Amino acid sequence: MAKKPSILIIDDELAIRESLKDWLMEDDYEVDLASSGEDAVALALKKDWEVILLDLKMPGMDGIETLRKLKDKEIDTKAEIILMTAYATIETAVQAMKEGAFDYLVKPFDPDEVEIQIKRIIEHKELVLENVLLRQKLEERSEYDEIIGKSDAMQEIFEMISRVAPTDSTVLITGESGTGKELIAQALHGNSQRCYMPFIAVSCGALPDSLLESELFGYEKGAFTGAEYTKRGRFEMADKGTLFLDEIGDISLKTQVDLLRVLQQKEFRRVGGQDLIKIDVRILSATNRNLKKAIEERRFRDDLYYRLNVISIHVPPLRDRKEDISLLVETFIHRYCLELNKEPVKIVPSAMKLLMAYDWPGNVRELENVIERAIVIGKGTEIVSEDLPFSRKELKADGFPKSLKMMEKIHIERILAETDWNITRAARELHIDRQTLYNKIEKHKIERKG
Amino acid sequence: MTRCIAVCSIGSVDKGILEHIAKQISTRCGLICEIYPEMERPEYAYNVTRCQYDSRPILKRLIQYCKDDTKLLGVTQVDLYVPILKYIFGLAQVGGGCSLISLHRLCPEFYDQPSDPALLLERAEKTAMHELGHALGLTHCRELHCVMYSSTSIENTDFKNPDFCPTCFELFKWYLEI
Repeated sequence: MAKKPSILIIDDELAIRESLKDWLMEDDYEVDLASSGEDAVALALKKDWEVILLDLKMPGMDGIETLRKLKDKEIDTKAEIILMTAYATIETAVQAMKEGAFDYLVKPFDPDEVEIQIKRIIEHKELVLENVLLRQKLEERSEYDEIIGKSDAMQEIFEMISRVAPTDSTVLITGESGTGKELIAQALHGNSQRCYMPFIAVSCGALPDSLLESELFGYEKGAFTGAEYTKRGRFEMADKGTLFLDEIGDISLKTQVDLLRVLQQKEFRRVGGQDLIKIDVRILSATNRNLKKAIEERRFRDDLYYRLNVISIHVPPLRDRKEDISLLVETFIHRYCLELNKEPVKIVPSAMKLLMAYDWPGNVRELENVIERAIVIGKGTEIVSEDLPFSRKELKADGFPKSLKMMEKIHIERILAETDWNITRAARELHIDRQTLYNKIEKHKIERKG
Repeated sequence: MTRCIAVCSIGSVDKGILEHIAKQISTRCGLICEIYPEMERPEYAYNVTRCQYDSRPILKRLIQYCKDDTKLLGVTQVDLYVPILKYIFGLAQVGGGCSLISLHRLCPEFYDQPSDPALLLERAEKTAMHELGHALGLTHCRELHCVMYSSTSIENTDFKNPDFCPTCFELFKWYLEI
């Protein structure tokens, strides 16, 4: 599901923690609980939140001390911290603010007061996120000029694109992260009658639900706090063109209903708007999730699935089409030598053998990163094994590592890539608990790629 | 599969109010809404310091009282709270099935205004639909007029409609599996 704004409640009283959690969940926040400052600090080493509600008076580590720990270099939380206190005095309030608290609230809260406070923070953070995403989009070069592959699987995809592109049918593109699903979508748009009109991509999984709603449908001035002007949504921007909804498996049931309505009626209203806006948009979507399973679990609507999946294209993982690796390597070497202003380099056979033996859990995106890194750090006119981030010792010729430790690392990397780093889902698939998974990520120094 | 909704009073509640709520739920949801026998006045939940009633033990009893898959809505006249908040109009666990509303702060008299039975009925109906929505799994809506818009003050309640917006209504049906 789409990322929900998250809140941590730190309070030693169970009744306070639970009643606040229940109340916040009515607003669809993801809520974590900690019963002491010590617990909160341990939790914060692994996770961060948008807002932390912190009780001032607790046995052991009190609120001010917890606040300091959360703000210091080791944790450096990005969350805004609201202190909760039963007896506010000017002194405690001043001290809390000096230590970096966003505000303080007196218990019990006035429902209106706390809601406004939290919404203000969340909206500000969403605005910052929107800005970051927008900047990323602007900086993002068109990642590939073309889809590369000589394997049978890729040839079938090229054939499919040429047949499907000129139609107006919806297409659902499936495949693991990093396989280049957006490229397929761009190719479908580029070879359609709509190619001179906009191609608008939305990464649904990256946005909290309320922000996704505003992104897709736009909003009218005054629709909610913070809506200071009327904003066009991506549907309007994509009119007469193509809208690509990436990570469609992550959208909430609420957004699914809205999306289904647009697909059925070809019209929608901006958030807070009264007028119906007609649009002519081709919808392409992509996911790395198993939507059929999500339908069985009632997390995804079957009626929407059938609307989106008139045509389906599956992009196989790189490990299943290793014959494409050499061509991809060649293309990336050419691209990065030009981009980094380096003399053309070649890859030596032993290094190529390593690339062929690797499992590529991060797929083409990971291969591209590996080549870019090799060109940046490489000293000569050749890419050698030492320029690659995995050594010969770690891999056998058939692609399986010799050591159990390496095997575990690769397997965890693959599951994390498949679940798009959803720790809960990945832990479930690995049959271990979340904490164990966190420990293993730390132990193996696994980092998110791409 | 949930196809039955019931309301019951917790302590004495005007029968006309209960009937109105049941009728409105029936009409708006297209489902039968029964009225269950009255439950005892919740003295067990009274907090002497706050002079209010803790809504959580009341909701717990309601869950125990609930039969099968019936979605049960409790209606009470007493003033409700949860430990962290000064007051609440109602309570439900999101997706939990049972819900509870208080008429105490819905009465115009609470705000030093003259008695207005029609306004009280309208507020009760909106609060009931809102909590029922939560009990089924709906969260707050950003649409100002939708009944699932958050009500932290009586002005919010008066401003919104007693109906779900089209999106929330679709979700409501989805959770009810109809």
